[in-house]
Amino acid sequence: MIAELGLLALWLAAGLSGFQLFAAILAGRGAAVLGEAIRPVAVMQGLLAAFAFAMLVWLFARTDLSVALVAQHSHSAKPFVYKLSGAWANHEGSMLLWVMVMAFSGALVALFERRLSVATMRATLGAQAIVTLGFYAFLLISSNPFERLATPAVEGNGLNPLLQDPGLAFHPPTLYFGYVGLSVAFSFAVGALVTGEVGRDFARTMRSWVLAAWVFLTLGIAAGSWWAYYELGWGGWWFWDPVENASLMPWLAATALFHSTSVLASRDALRVWTVMLAVVAFSMAMVGTFLVRSGVLTSVHAFAVDPERGTFILVLLGIFIGGALALFALRAGKIAEGSRFSWKSREASLVVNNVLLTALLGIVLLGTLYPLLTESMGTRVSVGPPYFNPVGAIFFFPLVLAMMVGPLLRWRDTKWTPVVQRLAPAFAAMAFVALLVVIDGRAGLLSGTGLVLAAGLALASLLPLARRKPWRAPLTLWGMVVAHFGLAVTLAGASAESAFIEERLVSLTPGESTRISGWDVTLRGTIPVAGPNWTAIEGELAVSRDGAIATILSPQRRSFWSPPQTTTEAALWTRWNGQLYAVLGEPAESGKRKVRLWWKPFVTLIWYGALLVALGGLLALSGRARSALRRSIAVGRATQRREVA
Amino acid sequence: MRKLFIWVPLVIFVAFAGLAIWALVAPPSRDIPSRLVGQQLPEFALDPQIAGRPGLSRADFRAGEARMINVFGSWCIPCRVENPQLVELARAGVPIDAVAVRDTPAQVQAFLAQYGDPFQRIGADPNGRFQVMLGSAGVPESFIVDGAGVIRYQHIGEIRPEQVPEIIEKWREASR
Repeated sequence: MIAELGLLALWLAAGLSGFQLFAAILAGRGAAVLGEAIRPVAVMQGLLAAFAFAMLVWLFARTDLSVALVAQHSHSAKPFVYKLSGAWANHEGSMLLWVMVMAFSGALVALFERRLSVATMRATLGAQAIVTLGFYAFLLISSNPFERLATPAVEGNGLNPLLQDPGLAFHPPTLYFGYVGLSVAFSFAVGALVTGEVGRDFARTMRSWVLAAWVFLTLGIAAGSWWAYYELGWGGWWFWDPVENASLMPWLAATALFHSTSVLASRDALRVWTVMLAVVAFSMAMVGTFLVRSGVLTSVHAFAVDPERGTFILVLLGIFIGGALALFALRAGKIAEGSRFSWKSREASLVVNNVLLTALLGIVLLGTLYPLLTESMGTRVSVGPPYFNPVGAIFFFPLVLAMMVGPLLRWRDTKWTPVVQRLAPAFAAMAFVALLVVIDGRAGLLSGTGLVLAAGLALASLLPLARRKPWRAPLTLWGMVVAHFGLAVTLAGASAESAFIEERLVSLTPGESTRISGWDVTLRGTIPVAGPNWTAIEGELAVSRDGAIATILSPQRRSFWSPPQTTTEAALWTRWNGQLYAVLGEPAESGKRKVRLWWKPFVTLIWYGALLVALGGLLALSGRARSALRRSIAVGRATQRREVA
Repeated sequence: MRKLFIWVPLVIFVAFAGLAIWALVAPPSRDIPSRLVGQQLPEFALDPQIAGRPGLSRADFRAGEARMINVFGSWCIPCRVENPQLVELARAGVPIDAVAVRDTPAQVQAFLAQYGDPFQRIGADPNGRFQVMLGSAGVPESFIVDGAGVIRYQHIGEIRPEQVPEIIEKWREASR
């Protein structure tokens, strides 16, 4: 019954979304009554989609094995949290989550956005309806999450054990929230293109959505990278895998977008460019989804791969993105040019930012699609770090320099000399670190440059606060400072890890030890352990220095029985200056055990930095929310006064 | 300039869509083309794996006759499945040499006794180094080498009964 209720809600939501689209089109042609209906319909649609999703979570919570999706992805002996996360840890459920958040965002837009003109708002909600309608069709036609089994299953298949992890329970929804935020920006862009009203109001309306999307994407990517780092047991934190690139590309586009949006909002410049980026950002989210789910690229963690779904997503992609870009090509010429600015201005530095980010986006896209491109011409290649790292650095390093300088420039026009003077401490820090790197001699060209730039950016990012009382500075400024500083922290972590990493791959008999980075690691033995739905062999590794035991590491090889799969649970020991990372390998010859150890200097900075970046976004967002609140209170008072008068 | 620029995103997108359609429609191919096909065999000399049977070296492929090299291991289950097909190929006149990877003489003897013995020479590759030189990633794999010592064909995985005629055809082509 619950499954049928969910399905009914989904059909109703799809119907309302279709109605919303036609109402938007007809209202554009003069049917004012229908125009009035759009907002309430958008709100209803959001509520129905939320209800449908709640029903799916309910089914998973009860482990209702008469529903095909539950039987395929759940199991009665699974921890309760993972029963819930099982609802979205599969293709159908994740699509339902996505469309639910999208419909819900549409409802929020309909309820709260008041800046745009009636016509633009109508067109925006119409565009939103096209997107949601596409996703409803996808769900109802080819990926029905509520499908029943003819005979209920006796027991479920279980959830892939790699996904039974707190990091992964929340990584996909976070990314979807980001994608949805970009879809809202996309709808605003389409709405603005339809009416030609691209200006400050458009940018101010879109800004918070883009910023929120960007915060979610940052968190989602960081969580995914952290999960890959400790759960897969490969010791790396970024592999330039197609699935990772699929989430990085929308992030790059969103980063460029909210920077250009801020230029449009403050200075009414970069109109056409901002509209295009808003379309491109959502395209990247869709292209990423297509690449991950269609299986056209082989990936280490491709999931839910199915060519038929791939075809469906491609059709949606063609309608949404092809349509929007065609609209852009036809209408962008009619958008009036915005304000002009000098090449020594903050606008110009943000243009540099946008060009470099777009170039980065281009090389990641090219590198991701290149295997497909060459395969279509008959050869097979795979593209990895040897391409992405150096080619990316060519654009990323200048971007860091632009980040150092840009925030110190004024709008419109700036004199160089004072800016260079203010940057002096940052240059000094860079020279100092460069000297250390050269003396030390272990860092390569890329990691060495990374360390130098990280030092420069860390200092330079704080400079905007230097000449004012920090507690008086607006939250949005704080947001920028924290985010830029966070990026310096991440860069420092990544560079230090790649410059100074140590690795040991040894076979040890119990009692034998090996030495890594000044620590003696002794294999004491292996013991069997059991968890709720797995059994494991656990290695006991004593870590000591000068004979004094510092800690015991317990890496495991876990065997899950439903579905049957072996996973490695790495053991991590965090010090202030890095992490010791231990993986228990397979039994080697004559009673030995393979053990893999890494010493990763300052590796945790990568994720602390990412958290700071996201925090910066949150600060900027709350700064915007606060000023929006003040304004609406002021507007409210003014209206009251008028009514009294 | 601007008129041209605004069409760029659409053009890129159409190119992407074309590629994506091709990728969805093109039959998924799982074969990994060997870089060594069309190349000379590398210099090598492998010791005999079992008593009474010669080992294998580069010189054995200069006789002007097309031969097949089968990379196998007595410990490998698909190799057992494959062996009847190799026997059939040998009966059809294909001269087959073998490389035993990470194996012991006793186990290879037992394997040949139990499943059949189609091999003229058997070279020992105790640490898998020659296998890597051949560009072979696993066992079983088979290579057809022509009379001039050039690798003409690589077959990855076991040869199934329905594939025997194809292998014979490849060997005939290499013999020409």
